Amino acid sequence: MNTRRILRILIGAGGGAVLLSLALPVYAQEAAAPPGISGGDTAWMLTSAALVMMMTVPGLALFYGGLVSHRNALSTLMHSFFLLCLISIQWVLFGYTLSFGADHSSLFGGLDYLGFQGVGQEPSGTATIPHLVFAMYQGMFAIITVALITGAFAERIKFSAFVLFSLLWATLVYDPLAHWVWGGGWLMKLGALDFAGGTVVHISSGVSALVAAIVIGKRRCYPDKALPPHNISYTVIGAGLLWFGWFGFNAGSALGASGLAALAFATTHTAAATAGLAWPLIEWMHHGKPTVLGAATGAVAGLVAITPAAGYVTVPAAMAIGVGVCFVCYFGLNVLKPRFGYDDTLDVFGVHGLGGTWGAIATGIFATKSVNPAGADGLLYGNASQLVTQLIGVAASWALAAAGTLVILKLVNLVVPLRVTAEEEITGLDLTLHGEMAYNFLEPGMSGISSPTLRESSYTPISATGDAASGD
Amino acid sequence: MKKIEAIIRPHLLDAVKNALQEVGVAGLTVTEVRGFGRQKGHTETYRGSEYKIDFLPKVKIEVALPLEMVDQAIDAIMKTAKTGKFGDGKIFVLPLEEVIRIRTGERGESAL
Repeated sequence: MNTRRILRILIGAGGGAVLLSLALPVYAQEAAAPPGISGGDTAWMLTSAALVMMMTVPGLALFYGGLVSHRNALSTLMHSFFLLCLISIQWVLFGYTLSFGADHSSLFGGLDYLGFQGVGQEPSGTATIPHLVFAMYQGMFAIITVALITGAFAERIKFSAFVLFSLLWATLVYDPLAHWVWGGGWLMKLGALDFAGGTVVHISSGVSALVAAIVIGKRRCYPDKALPPHNISYTVIGAGLLWFGWFGFNAGSALGASGLAALAFATTHTAAATAGLAWPLIEWMHHGKPTVLGAATGAVAGLVAITPAAGYVTVPAAMAIGVGVCFVCYFGLNVLKPRFGYDDTLDVFGVHGLGGTWGAIATGIFATKSVNPAGADGLLYGNASQLVTQLIGVAASWALAAAGTLVILKLVNLVVPLRVTAEEEITGLDLTLHGEMAYNFLEPGMSGISSPTLRESSYTPISATGDAASGD
Repeated sequence: MKKIEAIIRPHLLDAVKNALQEVGVAGLTVTEVRGFGRQKGHTETYRGSEYKIDFLPKVKIEVALPLEMVDQAIDAIMKTAKTGKFGDGKIFVLPLEEVIRIRTGERGESAL
């Protein structure tokens, strides 16, 4: 047997063993709600968790789906949908505990919550919401982070490679990084500020996307024969859903229905609106025409940039952050990308990687304790050291994401090829990988179900004149 | 018998069809096609990348005619499909060997 087959069998056996572990004894839950729980906080956090889930499906799914060729639309939707399910399971089984379990050497969490043991209806520590709510909310972040990366290798990744890569990345990159920044790890201890995931979600996915785009290589059609987006209407709908869901992403990161959540809501919306204006304005000046794709892209970039800063800066600062991200990302897309020639197909690095980096740095500039005493003062308020801390956080995220992605891709490639064949790429992934087509404009007579079982049953076919045929 | 194939601007199809019917054309077939000649394509811009699209949407009309109707049909098309700008299209006249009406089996000019 060759190496690939052996490794595939081992992975199958490993997966089976994990599923068998579901036969662990179930611990009895506490009966009544303890006094620490706030109804308002819990209601808002449940809502926020649902909002963030919607950001992946259908938000990101449509945002990405509209940008690819029609023959790859379903495969792109499948990436988001499949990950919604896959990472949800990974999170319950071991993702949550690796991120938020008891700290081990400031690098990763322990196995305290393996299989969601000990994650019950009572709050954890001084929280005002059930532990389950916190864990579910955080899980939605893990899902969308992995889903964001799929934009880098859309239209050419092999499905099995995508599944393996995603599982390994969630476990070896996302979970540790979430622990470093939010779970009690070293970046949290250092005082790096990341309100809702500028580093954990956007830098990590963006930089990983860049590495993946380079390692997997360009699409064959890129750039000379690249096709324009097949349905920008989807992308605009997706952007709207992302914006709407982002209120859960950012304002929910206040972990309660509080004044801080209100601040995060306001900064989030203002940054998105500012950027959604600024990007088309830049296009207007640069190319002569403002585009709706530009407006959608700008708004999303604004949302990315405000993510680490939402609960630490003032609303006017959010405007500055929104304008700034447009310049950074517009430069990334229009200068860096063509100059270096990487095929980051859906601009994950250009929007999330660069936007998240700017946002994390901007947090170090604009943060002020006057809006959030639990935050810090930034450069503009006379404290340069926070900016340094932010830069350390940025560097650490870049390093973990880049190194982790490179290693994982090489590992996956030992088991399966990363890319589809040339013919599959030209025909389109929907048909070749999934046996489906997104748009079927067939007329009667152009297709039919071939089923031996149907033929042998007492089924009576309808003839061309519309009457049932006489018996056989 | 002759067959006329005319490539025209899509938005003028209705006018051309009416003009052909006025000179006695009983039926025609229309296909949506893409093509180019001296009319340049257009450029679309998405996230800063320019996509040059050379193939423009056009409409192809196919009509089968008796010899004596050909000139009138060409006039009708010329009057209604012409704008004077690049991209007005072309008319091709081809010899037609046989025509059969499927419903009745008629052949030749009576099948037109």
